[in-house]
Amino acid sequence: MAIVDRSSKEKSRRKSFVFEEGGGKIMLRLRVNGEIREVATEGSKTLLEVLREDMGLTGTKHGCELGECGTCAVLLDGEPVLSCLLLGVEAEDAEILTVEGMMRDGKPHPLQKTFAALGATQCGYCIPGVLLTAKSLLDKNLHPTRDEIREALSGNLCRCTGYTKILQAVELAAKGEEAT
Amino acid sequence: MRKKGFSVIGKPLPKVDAMAKCAGETVYADDLHLPRMTYAKLLRSPHPHARVLRVNPERALRLEGVYAVLTGKDLPEKFGIMPATQDEEALALDKVRYVGDPVAAVAAVSETLADKALGYIDVEYEILKPILTIEDALASTDESARIHTWNRRANIQKAVSLEFGDMAGAFAQADHIFEDTFFYQGNTHLPMEQYCAIGFYGPDEKLTLWSSTQTPHYLHRALAKVLGLPASRIRVIATPVGGGFGGKSDPFSHEICVAKLSMITRRPVKITLTREETFYVHRGRHPVKMWMKTGVKKDGTLQAMHFRSFLDGGGYSSYGLASVYYTGALQTVAYKLPAYKFEGVRVFTNKPACGPKRGHGTPQPRFAFEVQLDEIAEKLGMDPTDLRLKQLTEPNTVTVNGLRIGTTGLRECIEKVAERAEWKKKFRKLPFGHGIGFAASTYISGAGLPIYWNDMPHSGVQIKLDRGGGVTVFCGSTDIGQGSDSILAYATAEEFGIDPADIRVVTADTDLTPVDLGSYSSRVTVMTGNATIEACGKLKKTLLEVASEVLEVPADDLEFADGRVRSQSLPERGISFVECVQKTEAKFGTLGATGSYRPPKHPANYKGSGCGPTPAFTFSTAIVELHCDPETGEIKIDKVWIAHDCGRAFNPLLVEGQTEGSVYMALGEVLMEEQIFRKSGLHKIPSILEYKSPTTLETPEIETILVETNDPEGPYGAKEAGQGPLLPVIPAVSNAVYDAVGVRIHEIPITPDKILRAFDKRLKPVSIPDYQFPPPIKWQPGEGVQVPQKS
Repeated sequence: MAIVDRSSKEKSRRKSFVFEEGGGKIMLRLRVNGEIREVATEGSKTLLEVLREDMGLTGTKHGCELGECGTCAVLLDGEPVLSCLLLGVEAEDAEILTVEGMMRDGKPHPLQKTFAALGATQCGYCIPGVLLTAKSLLDKNLHPTRDEIREALSGNLCRCTGYTKILQAVELAAKGEEAT
Repeated sequence: MRKKGFSVIGKPLPKVDAMAKCAGETVYADDLHLPRMTYAKLLRSPHPHARVLRVNPERALRLEGVYAVLTGKDLPEKFGIMPATQDEEALALDKVRYVGDPVAAVAAVSETLADKALGYIDVEYEILKPILTIEDALASTDESARIHTWNRRANIQKAVSLEFGDMAGAFAQADHIFEDTFFYQGNTHLPMEQYCAIGFYGPDEKLTLWSSTQTPHYLHRALAKVLGLPASRIRVIATPVGGGFGGKSDPFSHEICVAKLSMITRRPVKITLTREETFYVHRGRHPVKMWMKTGVKKDGTLQAMHFRSFLDGGGYSSYGLASVYYTGALQTVAYKLPAYKFEGVRVFTNKPACGPKRGHGTPQPRFAFEVQLDEIAEKLGMDPTDLRLKQLTEPNTVTVNGLRIGTTGLRECIEKVAERAEWKKKFRKLPFGHGIGFAASTYISGAGLPIYWNDMPHSGVQIKLDRGGGVTVFCGSTDIGQGSDSILAYATAEEFGIDPADIRVVTADTDLTPVDLGSYSSRVTVMTGNATIEACGKLKKTLLEVASEVLEVPADDLEFADGRVRSQSLPERGISFVECVQKTEAKFGTLGATGSYRPPKHPANYKGSGCGPTPAFTFSTAIVELHCDPETGEIKIDKVWIAHDCGRAFNPLLVEGQTEGSVYMALGEVLMEEQIFRKSGLHKIPSILEYKSPTTLETPEIETILVETNDPEGPYGAKEAGQGPLLPVIPAVSNAVYDAVGVRIHEIPITPDKILRAFDKRLKPVSIPDYQFPPPIKWQPGEGVQVPQKS
């Protein structure tokens, strides 16, 4: 039995045509990591795509682009959001924080220090999302219990670490003990 | 000359790349952007098994912004990771063998346009009957039902049969015979980073390929073969890998296609696979059916084992040749086994190809073996830890199938894990619904043989000393998160007595770095570590010659420590490392050296003896405590204790991290992860939401115990840590379920429905296919070559 998989009935006689991508670009004004940035971009782009492709902020990673893995988490007004499920235009009035904005005055955030010192990063791909989610937790809850940390990070998948050192690093950062 | 103690080895130092990863500065493949870059997409087969009658890209090529379309005819040369089974095509030439098999590739101005252009490629298929199970593959002996044509018997990729020792005699002396069947469902690696590659064929007529790969050297070879380019014109750069676990160890269609598309368009071409595609590319854990017959004495002493494995290989060979042998190779290593017969077969089915995943071919038989040992102990009224302790293999011995065991810390692993978990207080003493289980295992620290036959080193290191005191280490090894870059820096810092921060590592670039075979088989620390020590040793000899003259101290009294070259007897007499480098360069010229490593020869010489030998075996034990709800069958893991004989903990933080990660991955496999397919050949759950894997909420407390045995083959005594600790966790969970609720589950994953069916006696024993294995190759210890050992 022979079948034609993709219908040839729709065969176009036109020699060529350009796909319309949502009718040109729009100007986005976003506040990212304390800076105001303007980019011309497609209105259909997710915040993840705007950050990575239009702003060059590739510290934010993607694991599924379907809102399932937590890898692309960024902070919007201090709250973790999945940047793959949000359009860039929806973030216009918010304060956006990505992993690149965690360092202050050239110094790493306590979480960045403890994650590095305790070996909480292996391949490191999920870590930007984990760090930002953990920061959001610590900003609201100075001394979370281990169960509260587990709950807060339950939407961030990590396939390398078994989470043990991640949980320890969040606890150590919360204690304010700077690992050497 | 070796000073007492270590300054770097054994210290919990951060990884050299840790802060870059925490700052979001690490550049993974998809973070790369090159000028004039175009984007590629692959058209994949919607059918599991079909003949490709016609692929017509004309309509797609007419779209403005589409630069090139490739079909099978553009890349007809076959490839595959194993030289003997090159059965893959970059794009299907005449046949597709699983849903997702690539048929055409597009390069376009944007990813969106490339994706849309796929719909304008016309493909005509002749649908063939798919073969989706091991049984159907074995039964489909008809020539017309073949998935491949190169293999000797229809749909059998490889069938092996090996026999060691006096099987009949040993079974005759057994007081009890245990015969069980098992099934281990397939699962996938699920790295957080999807596959991504960028090819650029430049104006200099040279190709550069960046890829998220664990094996840049093997990819280099495959590209040369398929593209018909000299290897000297190809450069492969493995970008930092965002999780591998074995899934990025094959050369892949998407890597070859972007290279070829760039040769046509003369622009950089990037491809990033979607998560769904990543599920279909797979190369993960084989589904395996197993039959295990074991004879024991009344006191529990193992007499003989006859083991059969049936591997569902999927549509292509991949590493399958090794996979099938590995299901049989390591049964003899943990406990003394005087006679052993192994029969294994890997079949082709119309599903994504299986390949190596953490533990490669050994978690399945280890599950079967350790669960059966638990049943043997139960029947004989013995404690399962005592049953093992009485028959551990000895150090510096050769197993019945010819594997050389060097050091073993298994006894200590058993004793320590039992003590920490308070095993004797808990085993068979916890209330109903609450259980504890034990299992042990063994794994290789690197394969003893390379994938393609050659006499060259498995790992090479080149070191350059700078006048400023900086040291650059060049090595082909590929950091997939396990810390192989850090290993190079630690070993170099230890040798030169300098700060690891003064060392720069350049890795995984076939133009810049000497070959390392890749990040697979838990080989990297042992092999690159030894190569680094050798390279440093050559430089140290030259440096000492000059330091000895300058300081007027005999070279054998000098040491490298605290950033200085100094006298051991009069430590104040010394010069800084920088000064020593400068004076040596003045005398001898530019300073650099190379080091290399090849594993020791192995004793056995039968066909198939290449799988199993290793520089050093590691040993692991696990105890799992859990609750199993008898109403719902749900399992909650309370705690896992894991002991691992790592030789020497090169960096305890990294070894613990590998161990904890192995435990986590094992729990995912034993409790929930499944790579399963519909009758149409479609993946049932190709998304992270549906393919369940443990989150922080399902992952229990893990207590790690590192046992150090100081193996003479390992650098500073180190052995592997990345894969071995996965192995004992899976059977330990099954044994703990029995302790908790009294049912034996011989299938992985152990899901609530299986437990409930077992309660109702509705969980049928695993059926084993009828199959006539070839006559065995018989071999006895002592028939091979004599191999001197390091001591």
